[in-house]
Amino acid sequence: MFDFLEGYDLLGAFWVTVQLTVYSALGSLIWGTLLAGMKVSPVPLMRGFATAYVNVVRNIPLTVIMVFSSLGLYQTLGIALGADATEDINFRLAVLALAAYTAAFVCEALRSGINTVPVGQAEAARALGLSFTQVLRLIILPQAFRAVVNPLSNVLIALTKNTTVASAIGVVEASYLMKDMIEAEAQLILIALVFAFGFIVLTLPTGLILGWVSKKVAVKR
Amino acid sequence: MSSVLYDAQGPRAKQRNILYTVLFVLCAAAVVWWVYNGLAEKGQLDWIKWKPFFTSPQPWQTYIWPGLQNTLKAAFFALIIALPLGALFGIGRLSDHRWVRMPAGFVVELFRAVPVLILMITANAVYAEYTTIDTDVRPLYAVVTGLVLYNFSVLAEIVRAGIETLPKGQAEAAKALGMRKNQIMLSVLLPQAVTAMLPAIVSQLVVIVKDTALGGAMMTFPELLASVRPMSANYGANTIACFTIIALIYIALNFALTSFASWLERWLRRNKKEKGTAPGGAPETVGTPSLVIDDGHGV
Amino acid sequence: MQLRKVTAASAAVLALALSATACGSDNKDGSSGSSGNGKKITIGIKIDQPGIGLKTPDGKYTGFDVDVATYVAKELGYDAKDIVFKETKSADRETAIERGDVKFIAASYSINDERLQKVDFAGPYLLAHQDILVRADDDSIKSPADLNNKKLCSVAGSTSAKNVKDKLAPKADLQTYGGYSECLTGLENKVIDALTTDDSILAGYASQQNFQGKFKLAGFKMTNENYGIGLKKGDADLKKKINDALTKMVSDGAWDKAVKDNFGPANYKNDPAPKIGNIVK
Repeated sequence: MFDFLEGYDLLGAFWVTVQLTVYSALGSLIWGTLLAGMKVSPVPLMRGFATAYVNVVRNIPLTVIMVFSSLGLYQTLGIALGADATEDINFRLAVLALAAYTAAFVCEALRSGINTVPVGQAEAARALGLSFTQVLRLIILPQAFRAVVNPLSNVLIALTKNTTVASAIGVVEASYLMKDMIEAEAQLILIALVFAFGFIVLTLPTGLILGWVSKKVAVKR
Repeated sequence: MSSVLYDAQGPRAKQRNILYTVLFVLCAAAVVWWVYNGLAEKGQLDWIKWKPFFTSPQPWQTYIWPGLQNTLKAAFFALIIALPLGALFGIGRLSDHRWVRMPAGFVVELFRAVPVLILMITANAVYAEYTTIDTDVRPLYAVVTGLVLYNFSVLAEIVRAGIETLPKGQAEAAKALGMRKNQIMLSVLLPQAVTAMLPAIVSQLVVIVKDTALGGAMMTFPELLASVRPMSANYGANTIACFTIIALIYIALNFALTSFASWLERWLRRNKKEKGTAPGGAPETVGTPSLVIDDGHGV
Repeated sequence: MQLRKVTAASAAVLALALSATACGSDNKDGSSGSSGNGKKITIGIKIDQPGIGLKTPDGKYTGFDVDVATYVAKELGYDAKDIVFKETKSADRETAIERGDVKFIAASYSINDERLQKVDFAGPYLLAHQDILVRADDDSIKSPADLNNKKLCSVAGSTSAKNVKDKLAPKADLQTYGGYSECLTGLENKVIDALTTDDSILAGYASQQNFQGKFKLAGFKMTNENYGIGLKKGDADLKKKINDALTKMVSDGAWDKAVKDNFGPANYKNDPAPKIGNIVK
């Protein structure tokens, strides 16, 4: 029944999907946290930059950002991100694009997390003489992160699914392979089910585990 | 703007801020200059590559406007079809009956887990194989199908959240009046939830508009992003110029939608306050909480 | 009460939407239904391949396939203004013919056995070959084997790239994009060394005003692509008429003129007009 899978590197393609997800998740977490920090910072220009970044990035289709990273960054500005072979370059560019895009949503999630922290916390911290970065790092962000595990897990699931867009610049991940298979094989419905199942296997545990974590770390108020 | 996160700024803090601002501007300027230089060096800023968009209405009439129409058409149909489906499944998940709640939950979780692109590719292949839909409109059908399947599951969650956040007293009071379950849902809970959900629904429209681009890039749906192909073929592969113009259109369109969503949210909140039906005052926090959830689902 | 209003409003919107689509499909039926009755004829072409079939900014169509299709239609008794050109994507060509969406297709459509099972072909009207396009000042690629370790670009899902990688240069570093334009930007920016597909398409790109003198064809002839006019299986009458039209087009010089108009500036060395039914394997 599953003969049609022969000759295709299904696991390999999904492995690329997983790698794309993990690297861009890390990248977007770092960049998104920085953006959130800028967004609440005392420097007006940084606030403006973070707001503008989020507004621009989340209003552009990821496909456009992906193509820009290949045509603009790589082809025109010559940034190959330290790789030689096309396959590696494309992979790294895709990670960069995914991280840049997802960071906007991480930033928004974190900001809403910061919003859940009671005013008294920040006031008390300031009364102790902590500076802005100390308030943010020691008091606000740890509580904010605990509050947004659930939204962040949604962002992570979305990111997992968004990796399919990397096929636009020729990264051979799951959806790229799926398109190839649909053209060459007859078992259309089976192919679709296999790939749908693959993504469910990737996303469902993420949601369940992080849902459990979110309950564990939630701050009781 | 004052914040609870930092103290009112004294002279030294102000000086430090100016220093940070200057450094930031310098960094930004360096990046901009470097990008500009790189683009110019490779001839991407040559007037000939950009000229068509500014000297003649033709590219707009022939490629961009029809593409934009298709984008809007697909987004509109997807929302119109997904909304009732979403409401149905969202309410289904709140049912008292296990045999309704479980399958509804299963379907919603299933479609939330599968990438839209995979849904679109599948729909397109299925329509090509098993139906006789005209090849002209098949990509539209496939894109709308993919969008509906994904977005109805998201909307179902929005509806469910909207109903669950209503104060318990609403349902209890209705029950005390002797209303039946259907009556409570239709005449008490849903009307209140719908207004609360409106901003979230408009925000979801942004996600849908962005997702239509998948149909253009990976399949053959002639929407806004896909208009780059015949356009750049005509103007000597000026892909950077074409994609930039298209990106700006997306930003303008979606920015208008997001602004509308947040205006709607503010307006609804104000209205509610005036009528005095706001559900118990929320505890004061560092900022103002928002009902609009945008977690980057979809693309 | 409020809910009822909302329901009524959404019902109205839905009705409006449905009627809007209904109108749309009515129009479509009107135009394709009348094809073949001496009024309008619908022909499938490509709209994003310069030199072959391209939708120009004024909404008209140009290219070699378009010229051939127009000539054939004229011989079938249709004026240029009675022709409705319709985009037929590569993957949709057989379906469009089988369903009767188009009368015939001239869209860089190579004759092969797999396609012959589903549709019939008139012609061939052009013998093209898979080739590569390189920068005019790049002399490092002299044979297909030189593509090893070079950055080669093609569009996703095309057989050209597979062909090179499987048979000619297994170590070619392959990049795929959604369209040829992205490849050309890379070629122009020197991060891509060669673009591969049919030489006719490459010649069309190289002939564009912005590109003249920048790129050249390598002239490798890696495959033979016999471009034919696809039509409904079993329509022997139409096939004969189209073949007659093609023969006439070659004999009265219109064919040569079309080649020169569309591929001329690229210094494209085309094969002579193929004999009808003579498929070069």
